[in-house]
This record gives sequence, C-alpha cells and structure tokens, in this order.
Amino acid sequence: MDYETLMQILGSTVRLGTPLLLACLAGLFSERAGIFDIGLEGKMLAAAMAAGSVAAMSGSAWVGLLAGIGASLIFAMLHGVASITFRGNQLISGVALNFLSSGITVLVAQALFGQGGRTPPLAGDARFNPITLPFAESLKDVPLIGPLYYEVISGHSILVYAAMAFVPLSWWVLYRTRFGLRLRAVGENPAAVDTAGVSVVGLRYAALAITGVLCGIAGAYMATALQAGFGREMTAGRGYIALAALIFAKWRPWQALGATMLFGFFQALALRPDVVERVAQFKVPVSMLDALPYILTVLVLAGFVGKAIPPRAGGEPYVKER
Amino acid sequence: MRKLPQWADVVLVPLISLLLAALVAALVLLAIGQSPTAALGIMVEGAFGSANGWGYTLYYTTSFIFTGLSVIVAFHAGLFNIGGEGQAQLGGLGVALVCLALPWPHWTLALLAATLAAAVFGAAWAAIPAYLQAKRGSHIVITTIMFNYIASALIVYMLVDVLRPAGQMDPASARFPVGAKLPALSDMPFLREFFARLNPDGTPRLTKAGVAMYSNVPANVTLFIALAACVVVWLLLWRTRLGYQIRAFGKSEAASKYAGINPVKITMIAMLISGGLAGMMAINNVMGSAERLLQNSAEGAGFIGIAVALMGRNHPLGVLLAALLFGFLYQGGAALGLNTTIPIEMRIVVQGLVILFTGALDQMVRMLLVWLFSFGRKAAV
Repeated sequence: MDYETLMQILGSTVRLGTPLLLACLAGLFSERAGIFDIGLEGKMLAAAMAAGSVAAMSGSAWVGLLAGIGASLIFAMLHGVASITFRGNQLISGVALNFLSSGITVLVAQALFGQGGRTPPLAGDARFNPITLPFAESLKDVPLIGPLYYEVISGHSILVYAAMAFVPLSWWVLYRTRFGLRLRAVGENPAAVDTAGVSVVGLRYAALAITGVLCGIAGAYMATALQAGFGREMTAGRGYIALAALIFAKWRPWQALGATMLFGFFQALALRPDVVERVAQFKVPVSMLDALPYILTVLVLAGFVGKAIPPRAGGEPYVKER
Repeated sequence: MRKLPQWADVVLVPLISLLLAALVAALVLLAIGQSPTAALGIMVEGAFGSANGWGYTLYYTTSFIFTGLSVIVAFHAGLFNIGGEGQAQLGGLGVALVCLALPWPHWTLALLAATLAAAVFGAAWAAIPAYLQAKRGSHIVITTIMFNYIASALIVYMLVDVLRPAGQMDPASARFPVGAKLPALSDMPFLREFFARLNPDGTPRLTKAGVAMYSNVPANVTLFIALAACVVVWLLLWRTRLGYQIRAFGKSEAASKYAGINPVKITMIAMLISGGLAGMMAINNVMGSAERLLQNSAEGAGFIGIAVALMGRNHPLGVLLAALLFGFLYQGGAALGLNTTIPIEMRIVVQGLVILFTGALDQMVRMLLVWLFSFGRKAAV
C-alpha cells in the first residue's frame, strides 16, 4: 500500500469514526452516571431523520442540527422517564426505543416527503460541507506531511472538528469539575451522592441530556455531512459499535477516541477490499472486517485484553427508601 | 407501594400496557394523517379475514413462539438473552447444512435431523456468551448483541463464499431437496379443507381436472412442534428439579448458591436451552417456508421474542397468546403496507411501543392500577 492510499484510508477513517466517537462519548456520560443506554442507535437514527428532514425543508444544515439534537433529546428523556422515574429495566427501555425509532423515522419521513422513507438529497447550505484548512492546497505536494495534512487533517466538516474537541472537553468535565465528580460518583455509589444532599435523579437526567445532545450531533452528522440526506436504517448498527467502543475504551474519553478511530479504520478498510487484498496477499472476506469491532469487543469483555470494569451502579435503578 | 391482587398483576397489567401501546400507536397514525380505525380494520381483515391470512399469521406465530420461549427460559435464570436473532440465524445455517447434505427420502427424517441441527447450532452460538457470563462476568446483554452482528457477518461469508452455488448471483444457498420439504398446513388432511379456495359463490374452486384447489400458505407442520415446545418448557420450568434450580438462580443468585446450586452450570444450561429454542425457529422459516438459506433469514423474529416474552409475562401460555398477537401484528402490518400508504414499518413502531409499555414502563402501569384500586377500597369502607 502506498503512502497516498494510506492517507486516503486514514481520511475516511476520520470521517467514519466521527459518528462513532460522538455516540461513544454520549454513551460515556450516561453509563458513567449509572444508566445503561443501548438506545444510542435509536437516538442517532431519530436525529438523522430530524436533521435530514429539517435541513431539506429549511435549507440550513444548522437548523437541521438543532432539530436533530431536539429529536435525540426527546428519546433520551423517554429513556429517563422509563428508567429513572419509573425505575424500569434500562436495557429493555433501550431496546424498545431503538425499535420505536427504527419504525417511526420511516413513517415520518414518508409522511413528509413521500419518497419511500428517504429525505430528498441535500445540497449546498443544507449540508455541512468539508472545510479546507489554510495552506492545505499549497502544502499538498510537500512530501509526507503534505498528504497527511491535506487528506487526514484538512477537508472535514465542522462537526468532525467539533467531535475532536469534545474529547478533551469531556475529559475536563468528567475529571476536573464538580459536576463531573458527582456524575461519576452517581454511577458508582448513588446512595453516597444522595447522602451528600445531591439529587441522584437530577444528575442522571442531566447525564442523559448530554447523551441526547451528543447523539443528536452524531445523527445530524450522518444525514447532513457524511451523507446527503436520511435513508431508512442509515445508522446501520453504529450505535452498537459505539457501545462496543465504549467498553473497549473502558469508559474513558481519550481511550474512546482511540477505540472509535480504530473501529472507523476497520469500516474504512471494509470499503476498500482491493487494498486489503493487496496488503494481506490473499482474499479477506469483507464480512470479516465488518465483524472485527465486535470480535475485538468480545475479547475485551472476556478479559483477554485487559479487564473492562463497568461503573458499579450501572443498570440499577436507584431506590431511595424501601 | 401497595401490592396488587394477583389476577390484576397477571391479567390487568399486560392488558392495560397493551392498551396504552395501542393508544400511542393510534396517535402516531393520526399524526401522519391516517385513520387508526381504518388501519385496524385492514389489519384484522388481512390477518384473520381469509384462510390465506391465517396461513401467514400462524406462520409468524410459530416463529415468535420459539423466540419468545427462548427469551423466557433465559429470563427465568435472570439472564437477558438479546441474541435470539443471531442464534436463529445460526440455526438456519444448521438447517441448511443438514438439508443440503443428503437427498432426504422423507420429510419426517429430514425434520428430525434439521431440528436437532437447528437446536445445536443455536445453542452453540449462545454457549460463548454464556461461558463468558458464567466464568468471566462479561455482561450477557452486550456479548449477545455483539454475537448478533458476528452471526450476520458469518452468514454473509457462508452464503457468499461457501454455500452459494456456482453461477448464482444472489447470496443464498441452493434450494433444499424435495425430500426435505415440510408439509404446509394446507397440505395436511382435515386442516386443508380450511384452506380450500372458493369461487365467489362459495363453491370450491376446481382445477380443469376437477381437483379442489388450496391456498399455498407458509404455515407448516412446525406449528405443532412450537405448541409442543410450549408444553415442554412449562414442564421443564415448573415440574423438574432443573427448572426449579433455574428459577431459584434467577430470583436470587446468592440464595441459590447457598442452597448448593452451581451458578456456572445453571447459566450455561439456561443459555444453551435458550439458544437452542431460538435456533429451532429456523425449521419454520428456513426449512418450512424459504426452502433455502437467505441473508437475514430471521427477519427480526429474534428481537420480537423479547416483546413476546414481556407481553406473555414469562409464562409459556402467555408466550403462545402474545405470539399470536404479534403474528396478527406482523401479517396485519404487511396488509397495511400492501393496501394503504402506511409504511410496513408501522409494525416496528407497535413492537417498540409494546416492549416499552410492557417491559420498561410496567411500574408506571402498576402505580396507576394501585392508585385506581385505592378508590375501590375507599368506596368499600
């Protein structure tokens, strides 16, 4: 594989890894607060539909982004009502909301546009277009650094750079603020937080709101930046890959960046079977590359690649008094 | 919180949850400018209005009984097996390998072998997550989700690179031999009169040779195996020592350990049975209907098992009724997709709502009922 091709693949790694990263950070906040959320997929899908539809109608990607965040927040709050207020099973609630989102996105898109559950193709300001960073064109021919800067670092939409900025931001919020300390504590020992006079319910809803916003951005990115419009089931299991990445990263923000980019790299490779075949010298089934993130996650879960210990109070509804 | 009388807990809670789900579904239909009553009419007509409709409804019911039973066996052991979809796909692989291996002389032999293969393949696919849960404490929900994706990748690989006959374009196995063809309900004596095709005036429609014609329906002999499986699962869970151990383990791991129940053994056995039941679904769809292995053969039935189990309150009889309900929903949803402008995805919305209300919001329904019952009590005093 020549350098140029590698840079191209790394470029699409960043593009494909971004929705995973956003969803993974989303899951990080809710799981660190003790709420399992397998509904990342559904929230992304709802956001993609809302963002695609509103961007198509308004002609503005930014308005679409807001709509996406709104739709995702609605699903996040439904999850909160079911799993925090009514102490329902968080896993079942997540499964239910994923189905609800999978069906309702097609219904709404069909009712709005009548194009078989798709939104019309977006163009111009209705999309987040790639940004060429300064000097990218002129540095393109500089050996080594030029293609790296041009293909991998430059030429992404603003949401990609925002997602990258969310990594240190999440780290700072979780580990350097009072809110973050309490959020982590509520995922480990909610009774202690409660004793300290801080509202467990409030903290958990706040965490879910952050999850909703991040999933909303991830979904909007899918429909208005990565692709030009919403199509049925367009998230294609990315919410679950993000969940896998979250475990792979052992519930930490910087590691989440690494894990999602690794999984994004697999997705980028799966798009270029010719390159894989040339490098590996034999025919690698594409489905094998598709399965790699899941296989790696199972290996991590099995404890072969370090131990993954989830937040202790995860999945347990908090009951103040019995 | 006050406790509800048992009858209310068993009957009223699921019914009210269902009613709430239906109510929200109706609101969704109204929101997209459709009439809920007209939609319901078309669904009932499509699912129960004709012998053909019944043939499809019962076909879906059969699949959902298997996946529903699969979920409840795991639930009783306190395990949430969300991997029914992958286990059913692997079961399909087992069925395909067995059916294609021999020129089967009679369907009964083929059915026996295929059922065994389906169960073994399904159970094998559940075995790894079960082992990881029992020995390494990896969360079974996450591992079974991962195994669903690995299963679909594996099936794609098998269909594209191994099982696809030379010269065929679409990723599917070869057709199964004639000897492996299961009789449909419309092929069986007595039952088939129900599926006779009628002329508009009500007389049986005849071929030119004067032979009565029958609708060709996908519901097949597997339905009876599914019904038998309900009885067997009931016997297993409530009438055997193993079933007692499974339920005790699910209620309290600590107490059952103290009573000498081996947690690793029970986790493994419960998951193997669960995976085997999900795998057995494949004799219905792969062997009974498609007669070859296709990509995504389970078509989401593994996930519907979760809804069926929740709706059926973890009891085989409840599973049977809930599976019929979802069979109606699936066939009715297909009728909606065919005859109206409502997309077929409406059934996924209803499925999600049923899981939400019966599974995650059942506490809300219970609180509501307790509140309502308190009025009755006051009135009595």
